[in-house]
Amino acid sequence: MVQFNLPKNSKVEKGKYFKSKVSSKNIKKINVYRWDPDKNENPRVDTYELDMDNCGPMVLDALIKIKNEIDSSLTFRRSCREGICGSCAMNIDGANTLACTKSAKEINDEINIYPLPHMPVIKDLVPNLKQLYKQYQSVEPWMQSNKNSNDTENLQSIEDRSKLDGLYECILCACCATSCPSYWWNGDKYLGPAVLLQAYRWIIDSRDEERKKRLKKVADELKLFRCHTIMNCTNACPKGLNPAKAIGSIKKMLVTEKSA
Amino acid sequence: MKHQSPLSPHLQVYKWQLSSLLSITHRMTSIFNLLGLTIFAIWIFLLFIGENTYNYFEVFASSLFGKFIFVGITWSFSYHMLNGIRHLFWDMGYGYEIKTANLSGILVLCASFILTLLVWIT
Repeated sequence: MVQFNLPKNSKVEKGKYFKSKVSSKNIKKINVYRWDPDKNENPRVDTYELDMDNCGPMVLDALIKIKNEIDSSLTFRRSCREGICGSCAMNIDGANTLACTKSAKEINDEINIYPLPHMPVIKDLVPNLKQLYKQYQSVEPWMQSNKNSNDTENLQSIEDRSKLDGLYECILCACCATSCPSYWWNGDKYLGPAVLLQAYRWIIDSRDEERKKRLKKVADELKLFRCHTIMNCTNACPKGLNPAKAIGSIKKMLVTEKSA
Repeated sequence: MKHQSPLSPHLQVYKWQLSSLLSITHRMTSIFNLLGLTIFAIWIFLLFIGENTYNYFEVFASSLFGKFIFVGITWSFSYHMLNGIRHLFWDMGYGYEIKTANLSGILVLCASFILTLLVWIT
């Protein structure tokens, strides 16, 4: 049975309030989800007052400023700060996105920051993505072809190559997967939008020779058909990709391709 | 004992999108439709039993609450059918762009109200 409420140990409590030490006209309140594995406490939301006149433009800049100047215990993943590594995926202002490409100015009111939804939390804004990576592994995300040799290139027509556009750009940040209610309720069985987009990326690749096997593997009531076209995934994708469409394409292939 | 890893908030913090709102409405109308079919079955059943019992149904149907239920079921059927057509288009591979999906969603919502209105005006 689906559990809509948070379990007892996950209920979020009110946290500390960090008043700004400088006076500024441009103070923004940043509410951040905190959980420390070393303390026997429930998660809480701490509020930081931040002088936005002396802060970079992105939400990630605000988080780094908090960590540098106010509270060094704040934990989050980040690396490239330009939307290509996918490390700083989190729930900002009620939707999943990358902190490094989300403008803080765009959010009028206080900025609410939570880890990616419905995931086990390791610390603060760091979720445990083990399950997702395992599922990614299950679709065998590598080229499977006998033609591969070290002497010749495996050529692809321009048309075939263009089929990978809108798929290869995926950085596996997990924004889409963790925005999907179906993945929340059935994440242990349903592969979710991120992994299915990746599965489609290999199904549609003209150089891959295991198309049939791949389609067969994913054609499953739970693995694939738990997608009900809710489209939270496409709305969330920080790279502007369309996982819902990719899943729809797999579903269509299963009907239209006799061999599948 | 060490505190177990908490589950991060989901429904509690995630903002409703137009697409997710219409999707959950589709699911809820399917339940209302079952209720509607049950009422329809009772209606026919009472017809068979005879005039006296059927009159009870008439009283219910002409009451304000009864009318509310019937108009509600009409809308529920309309929405579920129209959104079903939207799903068929998705199944054929069309309408996945966010703009298109939002537009078709609004269209379905408006059309469901218009359809309900048309049924009850005539």
